[in-house]
Amino acid sequence: MTEALISIHNLSKTYRRGNQPVPVLLGIDLQIAQGDYVSLMGPSGSGKSTLLNLIAGIDKPSGGTLLIGGVDIAALEEDELAAWRAGNVGFVFQFYNLMPVLDAFENVELPLLLTHLSKAERREHVEMALAMVGLPDRMDHRPNELSGGQQQRVAIARALVTDPTLIVADEPTGDLDRKSADDVLDLLDRLNRELGKTIVMVTHDPRCAARARTRIHLEKGVLLSRGAEH
Amino acid sequence: MKKGLSLSYVARNLVARKLTTILTAAGMALVVFVFATVLMMAEGLRHTLGGTGSYNNVVVIRQGSQTEVQSTLTREQARLIETLPGLATGAHGEPRISREMLVLVNLPRKNSTSLANVIVRGTTPTGLEMRPQARIVQGRAFRAGSSEIVVGSGMARGSFGLRVGDRIAFGLRQWNVVGVFDAGGSGFDSEIWGDGEQLMQAFRRQAYSSLIVGLRDSGSFEALAEAVARQPQLKVDIKRETQFYADQSENLANFIGVLGKTITIVFSIGAIIGAMITMYASVANRTREIGTLRALGFRRGNIVWAFLQEAMLLGLAAGLSGLVAAAFMQLVEISTTNLQTFSEVVFSLILTPQIALDVLLFSVFMGVLGGALPAFRASRLEIVDALRSV
Ligand SMILES: Nc1ncnc2c1ncn2[C@@H]1O[C@H](COP(=O)(O)OP(=O)(O)OP(=O)(O)O)[C@@H](O)[C@H]1O
Ligand SMILES: [Mg+2]
Repeated sequence: MTEALISIHNLSKTYRRGNQPVPVLLGIDLQIAQGDYVSLMGPSGSGKSTLLNLIAGIDKPSGGTLLIGGVDIAALEEDELAAWRAGNVGFVFQFYNLMPVLDAFENVELPLLLTHLSKAERREHVEMALAMVGLPDRMDHRPNELSGGQQQRVAIARALVTDPTLIVADEPTGDLDRKSADDVLDLLDRLNRELGKTIVMVTHDPRCAARARTRIHLEKGVLLSRGAEH
Repeated sequence: MKKGLSLSYVARNLVARKLTTILTAAGMALVVFVFATVLMMAEGLRHTLGGTGSYNNVVVIRQGSQTEVQSTLTREQARLIETLPGLATGAHGEPRISREMLVLVNLPRKNSTSLANVIVRGTTPTGLEMRPQARIVQGRAFRAGSSEIVVGSGMARGSFGLRVGDRIAFGLRQWNVVGVFDAGGSGFDSEIWGDGEQLMQAFRRQAYSSLIVGLRDSGSFEALAEAVARQPQLKVDIKRETQFYADQSENLANFIGVLGKTITIVFSIGAIIGAMITMYASVANRTREIGTLRALGFRRGNIVWAFLQEAMLLGLAAGLSGLVAAAFMQLVEISTTNLQTFSEVVFSLILTPQIALDVLLFSVFMGVLGGALPAFRASRLEIVDALRSV
């Protein structure tokens, strides 16, 4: 196993509902290696999304440590954390979350607006990313002119255009038919194998989970088992 | 290079909500229209009265009277004034002075039962010479010693519609309209002019209302003013003719301005609330989008700025439409009573670049006020909460 990209120790998360504390994650210990492809499974409400959000730096832990690439992201200031996400994390959402007023090209370009790249450089990156997901001819289509599967591929292009080390996906096939889901999973395979991206994917579907190198099960906020590596 | 969301993204979100955007902008545009119209009215009035008369003419009226109509000057006072220094002289060495008599006459407005107080000015051949800007554009000038009158172009248009050949009764006589004069849109265009002596007879007046005195050169005013000050028994006030009329526009222009701004502020509260509701809806509809942008690395500041820009753009669009509508108001001529002189004044609305700029800034500012709270709210959302919204 190569060196750990994600190093989690005794991580906990408690939400508050009114005055009532709602413990969701109870002391998670987890190492994820650079270049790994991890699936996170478990019943509804077990805390999968919560764990993924902590790893992705869009939520703050209540306790424990969370190092990503050696960075203690929980200690970062809000704007530092935003910059860290922009540079290190690619997001794939269940409902694609594309901007409806922007076409495919502009949606993919969005994260690059936070970089110092010139317009020409941005164009080059966007075209490469869209070619990678097999949609080079759909650049000027708005999301509502694309099928669900195509939209998710645009979203994946958006996630990889900044060349992040880590890609997080929360039920990326949850809203897709079988064929489109397979296309998306094939794409994630390639990102992992060819580009060496570390992927953490939450899923309900065992068929999806089977694609991952490592399978993790969460139950009531506790890590159950670690599946064997392929 | 600026890092953040593009203006085109901001603009397209406005366009995407076509109907809401149009309705909100229409409400704001209405306020802008009212505001612009009021400013244009005040400007038009200032332009009309401020552009009346000549810099080298001096109006002499009785001390303490605000207008020519209120003033009376005796023949004795008139003779004394002729002896003062600094006066221009005519071909035979006589001072250039026009002894004038003004009365307010009730004339009916067309298509209405209301009466207006119109200034009838009894003047002299010298008086006409001293107002070269008033040119006969129809018919001819009145003949001295006759019951003939000429009417200003404002009286010939619009609410009064006097024409050459009309006969008007006032001062127990019939007066024949023999000509129309145009004084370049100045206050004189709202007057009726006739022979001074004839009018004094008709109205049984012994005294003049005012004296119009020509200055030898534009610098002679101070000398004249000093001479008047040294003879307190004269009991007259003097002003340059241009200043005299400009001062008459101030009260009404200010009144229109204050009234207009009050109405505008009250209306604008409604428009701002409208903009706020629209922007809150925009934030609510795009909660997940905001969460996504934040996850991708856009900062709270980027979000606030995007929504503020959206509101400002809304204000700008409203401002431009309101302004275009207001520009058409330049075709409108207003005939109303100048509260300061109780006499009718006819003027057009004028749109200046300054007014256009002020009104656009105001409209953008309405947008900012309406957009500030929603923009702030949008940026306050927690990312995970925003992403969970449907
Ligand atoms: N912001 C929050 N405030 C309060 N409770 C929350 C919040 N977010 C999540 N929870 C609760 O935490 C628990 C875990 O939520 P989480 O979304 O991580 O579950 P999940 O495993 O992803 O479930 P699913 O498979 O349904 O997506 C749930 O009981 C949820 O109600
Ligand atoms: Mg979930």
